[in-house]
Amino acid sequence: MKLYKRYLLLHIQTELEYKTSFLLTAIGQFLVSCNVFIGIYFMFQRFSTVKGYSFEECLFCFSLFLLSFSLAEMFFRGFDQFASMISNGEFDRILLRPKSLVLQVLGSKIEFTRIGRMLQALVMFVYVLLRQPIEWTILKACITVFMILGGTVLFAALFVLYATICFFTLEGLEIFNIFTDGAREFGKYPLAIYGKNILLFSTFLIPYACIQYYPFLYLTDHTTNVMVAFTPIAVLLFCIPVHLFWNYGIKHYQSKGS
Amino acid sequence: MRKYSTIFKIKFLAGLQYRTAAWAGIMTQFVWGFLEIKMFQAFYQTEPQSFPMTYSGIVTYVWLQQAFLSLYMLWFWENDLFEAIQNGNVAYELVRPVSIYNTWFVRNLATRVSKTCLRALPILVITFFLPPNYRLTFPSNSTQFLGFLLSIVLALLIVVSLSMLIYFWAFYTIQSLGLRMIFQTLGDLLTGAVIPLPFFPTLLQKMSLFFPFAFAQNIPFRVYSGEISGIAMIRSIQGQIFWIIILVGFGKWLEFRVKNRMTIQGG
Repeated sequence: MKLYKRYLLLHIQTELEYKTSFLLTAIGQFLVSCNVFIGIYFMFQRFSTVKGYSFEECLFCFSLFLLSFSLAEMFFRGFDQFASMISNGEFDRILLRPKSLVLQVLGSKIEFTRIGRMLQALVMFVYVLLRQPIEWTILKACITVFMILGGTVLFAALFVLYATICFFTLEGLEIFNIFTDGAREFGKYPLAIYGKNILLFSTFLIPYACIQYYPFLYLTDHTTNVMVAFTPIAVLLFCIPVHLFWNYGIKHYQSKGS
Repeated sequence: MRKYSTIFKIKFLAGLQYRTAAWAGIMTQFVWGFLEIKMFQAFYQTEPQSFPMTYSGIVTYVWLQQAFLSLYMLWFWENDLFEAIQNGNVAYELVRPVSIYNTWFVRNLATRVSKTCLRALPILVITFFLPPNYRLTFPSNSTQFLGFLLSIVLALLIVVSLSMLIYFWAFYTIQSLGLRMIFQTLGDLLTGAVIPLPFFPTLLQKMSLFFPFAFAQNIPFRVYSGEISGIAMIRSIQGQIFWIIILVGFGKWLEFRVKNRMTIQGG
């Protein structure tokens, strides 16, 4: 933990050295998600609902999803850039050091510019709260927090999974972006609108729906079944195979050589 | 003319080398397009009467957008050009007996076309054979198809001449990241990359026609499906030609100014 704090401090200091670049990148992040927001807004200027969900409800989904994605991206970015770490031999150096592997990979990159995206998510969240007050109970507040945490963990697990695949391919697989960037893009609407098959996929294979759609149903009173509110826990189930796969990957890792 | 066609050939062939990347891109675009269609489908099923395009029109739009992504992406830059401007190497380009505007224009064109050659065909072929709800249909008649072929080229020229302005602007600002970002995000919205322009509120739709972005992908994709036809099609193509003249003229003027006022620091 102490080591991670040092990493954190180091990254903050580096970012602050290049203030303009940092600021511009953060604004860029903000603008890109702003475009997505405008897209949704325009759609609901024309349509009053989509499959029974209102504008505010979709925004609510989107803001929480975006918030967890940007949190994961900020702190787990090291895994996202793992391909380059393997190819330039940085990972071999890490293996030699007597400290936790995960910690070192995490510390290799912390992307504070994602604060732009988080800001956009927060603005939307506050906007929804002002427009359509959800009847808050302590349980609902807890669920919201769990949704964000669960989402962060899920995306982090996906980044780790991506990194583990790199052990075997030794290069990044662009196609994997569908599961991270693609999810961020299409998580803007409640996942049920994409039809039954997509919902099944995002329930049992990669549990996006467990941190978005199901708890969302409870929060917006579409269902009173309290059980669905606990689905974010399913993310932990997803983490188990990812963790095992990561260990397997490390064991079978053969350096790229020089 | 020959020197430019050689530059085009070199860049074009270089672009064709990235085949694995192209395959990965194709797969990604497939899933992307599929989900996009699912999304529009959901809106269509909820309120078909508010849907501003025909259903097959939107399916066509999405697939063409995916197939020709590399042709019209506004966030694609030849980064070595910006680097050359920043570190002064651009001086070498300026002493050559070619116009840098034309050279860079051709380079950009070649990269975009070669990237598209690799990706477009497989996507188009496969989407013709998908189940009816997701299928790309043929253009309604040969006039539409000719209009499509013409406007797809003109739209490409608009996108390239737009990005040329940013390259030349970088001579003045050196740090062009901020400008590029505004260009990309605003452009993406106004060109119909976020959602197609017919989905915009009416007033904004009319306003978007005052920007060159609306004459890029928006035209060929909607001409193909027959959403823009007859007089509107001719008007749109006229608009495209108008913007190309304006944008290239402005770019050439910037080139002229840059050439006369440039000072290279140090040696």
